[in-house]
Amino acid sequence: MPLRVASLVKRFGALTAVDGISLGLRSGECLGWLGPNGAGKSTLIRSIVGRVMPDSGSISVFGAPAGSTAARDVLGWIPQELALYARLTCSENLASFGRYHGLSGAALDQAVSRCLDWATLTDRAGELVKNLSGGMKRRLNMAAGMIHAPKLVLMDEPTVGVDPQSRNNIFEMIEKLRDEGMSIIYTTHYMEEAERLCDRIAIVDHGKVIALGTDAELVANAFGTRSQVIARFAAADDRVASWVAERGGRLVDGAAEFTVERPSEIAGLLDGASKAGFELIDVALHRPNLESVFLHLTGRALRE
Amino acid sequence: MMISAIVRTAVASLRRDRAALALSFILPVVFFSIFAVIFGGRGGASPKVKLIVVDEDHSRASEQIVKGLQAETTLSIRTRPAAVKGVEQPEYTAASAEAAVKDGDVPLAVIVPKGFGENPISFGPRDPSRPSIQLLKDPSDMIASEMVTGLLQKVGMTSMPDVMAEQGTKNLERYAGALTKEQRERMDAGLKYLREHPDAGSTVMGGNGGQLIPVTARSVVGENHPDMISFYAAAIGVMFLLFTTSGAAGAMLDEAESGTLDRVLSSRVTMTSLMLGKMAFNSLLAFTQLVVMFLWGWAVFKLDFWAHIPGFIVMGVCTAVAVAAFGMLLASTCTTRAQLGALSTLIILVMSSIGGSMFPRFLMPEAMQKAGLLTINAWAIDGFTKIFWRDEPVSHLWPQVGVLLGIAVVLFAVARRLARRWEFA
Repeated sequence: MPLRVASLVKRFGALTAVDGISLGLRSGECLGWLGPNGAGKSTLIRSIVGRVMPDSGSISVFGAPAGSTAARDVLGWIPQELALYARLTCSENLASFGRYHGLSGAALDQAVSRCLDWATLTDRAGELVKNLSGGMKRRLNMAAGMIHAPKLVLMDEPTVGVDPQSRNNIFEMIEKLRDEGMSIIYTTHYMEEAERLCDRIAIVDHGKVIALGTDAELVANAFGTRSQVIARFAAADDRVASWVAERGGRLVDGAAEFTVERPSEIAGLLDGASKAGFELIDVALHRPNLESVFLHLTGRALRE
Repeated sequence: MMISAIVRTAVASLRRDRAALALSFILPVVFFSIFAVIFGGRGGASPKVKLIVVDEDHSRASEQIVKGLQAETTLSIRTRPAAVKGVEQPEYTAASAEAAVKDGDVPLAVIVPKGFGENPISFGPRDPSRPSIQLLKDPSDMIASEMVTGLLQKVGMTSMPDVMAEQGTKNLERYAGALTKEQRERMDAGLKYLREHPDAGSTVMGGNGGQLIPVTARSVVGENHPDMISFYAAAIGVMFLLFTTSGAAGAMLDEAESGTLDRVLSSRVTMTSLMLGKMAFNSLLAFTQLVVMFLWGWAVFKLDFWAHIPGFIVMGVCTAVAVAAFGMLLASTCTTRAQLGALSTLIILVMSSIGGSMFPRFLMPEAMQKAGLLTINAWAIDGFTKIFWRDEPVSHLWPQVGVLLGIAVVLFAVARRLARRWEFA
């Protein structure tokens, strides 16, 4: 198994960043870690690359303990930060990180051109990093993590601060890796990214995995076959809250959330609200998605 | 209104910028104190000129001169080397005193030669056959030799009245008496000399700068060097090396902040190899800087560079390694570039002032000279001075080499220990 995490705990003072997480990554799988900022995703990633010492628990990378040379050699890490040498060119950056992984000579040259090609930066090979656009820097940042041809890649929010066009380029890069059978951990707080790229998704909150499965499994586990109705009222006061609760719904961020088996049930809700004297300003019927699952499980929106 | 708003914002910002606060208030006070101690002679601690006195004559006149010099409060007289393991050493000889000046133990030695007491006072034209006091000097201390020459004259005037009188009588008999034909000839000769040498009034008096006590000064080191270029090359060079390596080591802080350090440490590179790599680069940078500086000294100021290559390489490498380790320690102590900038400026300027990069250490009070030994500057400058000024062999550099390499090892070890905070969270 490319990665196995068992009962991992990491505390920073009073804060428990990772709280007993256990999970495994199958060969060739792209596993998404979906959670809001501060959920513990980056700490988990940094523990796997050996940059954070866990308080308890264990991590094995292709059978080798995290932080060991064997683990480092097969792990590719794409950090959230642009961890590049700004005054070096693209190819100089890649060559530097290649050397740090023990590459030299023709093998290094080949690795540099392979990564430039993957990141579609071949025509920018001689450009200084500081002169690149934000999207190009992101792609080079990814390429630097792949220079030593790892077997498992950890991607920590690789699309942060990237425009839609560049984000699409990055998705294509990742999909290419997936097609080649690479095992990938992909952390994000963008639901669409997890839905598009990941075979399975772990929803992480407050340092814990609160749900794990495919996109469809997560939705089905949370909502069954029911759909979501989101209703907004002109005034979301206590009377509204108790009325919503009576009908099995709940008030989140001023919006009432119900689940219905059939769309026809909406008519009953509208009628009830009208009779109670509440002014409705917006009603929407949703097919539940990961965002809904997260909201359902935590009572908070994913991007809070 | 607007002005006060801007002042309030600036004050609030400064209050939170500890680095700027330290530079604004601590550095000037520290600097002022250092220079007050150097120049102000705080607590009567003004520097005494160290001087070796060798009395080869053992006459009444020579003993009076030695006693007179010993009575001078501005001089620190030595007649024998310091006791070794409680065993008193024999008195200095002319040769051992010269060696001591050459080695830089003292800037001056006064040798009262045998036969000096027969004619200690010189009123007439210089007679080369008469023994004169030998002043062996290290010209790097330009003040000491002039001062001692003057004091010898003062001692002659105040400490030996009987000798003065006796010598005066001798001279009276010599020059006066009845003006015989011979006397007339001598007087004429003297007048003729004066007429031919209109600027030789002093020469007639003593042959050595109008001196009553005949003194012959001789440089025993640095005679081949036109000036002290090598001293300044080393002194200024070391100070800038410290700044350069501190700045270069600060790259670690940038890399930690950008996340590059994390990425590097997730590869096969360990913290120790990373730091050794940075240290090697910083040492190379510092050494190159020294080479450029000394080559410039050779090209423009006639510094005798090529004749001292082996010593330069030894001292250059040791100095470069020590300053590189110093830079690594500073970088691993600080958490931000701003902090590093302030701390390095503070420490380097203090080290440079105490260590002799701004003002020669031999002119500082004794305690300050000892404090200087705690700095990289002092050891580096001493080493370069040994090579370029005193023409000492490379083997004489062992104390400087040992201390500088020792400093490098200790500073690097501490830096490596502090860098553990970057290793794991």
